[in-house]
Amino acid sequence: MANWIPLWLHKLGSPPMFYRFAGTLRPWAMAFAVLLGATALYGGLVLAPADYQQGDAYRIIFIHVPSAWMSLFIYAVMAVASIIALVWRLKLAEVVAMESAPIGAAFTFITLVTGSLWGKPMWGTWWTWDARLTSELVLLFLYLGVIGLYHSFEDRRQGARAAAFLAIIGIINVPIVHFSVNWWNTLHQGSTVRILGPSKMSGDMLWPLLTMMGATKLYYIASLFGRVRTDLLAMESGKDWVRQIAEQEARK
Amino acid sequence: MSSFFAMGGYAAYVWPAYAVFFTVLIADYLSPGLRRRRNLRELRARLARQSARQQRNPTTSP
Repeated sequence: MANWIPLWLHKLGSPPMFYRFAGTLRPWAMAFAVLLGATALYGGLVLAPADYQQGDAYRIIFIHVPSAWMSLFIYAVMAVASIIALVWRLKLAEVVAMESAPIGAAFTFITLVTGSLWGKPMWGTWWTWDARLTSELVLLFLYLGVIGLYHSFEDRRQGARAAAFLAIIGIINVPIVHFSVNWWNTLHQGSTVRILGPSKMSGDMLWPLLTMMGATKLYYIASLFGRVRTDLLAMESGKDWVRQIAEQEARK
Repeated sequence: MSSFFAMGGYAAYVWPAYAVFFTVLIADYLSPGLRRRRNLRELRARLARQSARQQRNPTTSP
């Protein structure tokens, strides 16, 4: 039992194996993401009642909060992959870390824009320099820094190592974003959904939110695998297995 | 149905938020496919140049 697991994992770490593995898993992850997302949207936009204070404006929560969770979750994945990449020099870990950054940046951007669209009718302002909003903006800049540093080197692997270092340092911002609503006075409301203890939200609003969280997680897997596959092809373009794929696609 | 689209008067905030969400994610999902096709096309062009060079002077190998 203990013998075959490391071997299987070891094989999965090789680029051609992971390329095929990701290729089979990606459409399934995307299909379930769309399915869960559609269910969550129906529950959130149609079935859930309007909020007694915020009316229908609160419905932005069903994309704002899952996107915010993903912006932090993807950063954590990126930092862990970066540590693996720097310590063990695993090519796949480098690619996972570097291709997570654009997806994380996309979710952070969505969080900031939807938050702004929610803030205008509720707080009366698009933007305020308070702890939660500012630390989330710093998160976006960290993602952009990682992307920029990665692409500023001629040698991709050298760029990946430099950017991985930045990603690891930037992890300090993740708990700051998370706890900012408790540590400082802020316009932003505290967390409604809690892992420990009961959530401060009614069930017919909570289930669409959690379903959308599942959908965004699956979307991340689908998007990441597509990006990793593309990057592996580019990195290994001298190898035979990439050549075979290039010739196969020419025949199509 | 029209009351659904009106979003209790908040339509101008709710729908743009959803539009941004879907636009950004769809763009993110499609972008690696375009990059992949370009990379493979360049690789095929390189391979074709290599084989053409070898046919011209087969004795000098790279």
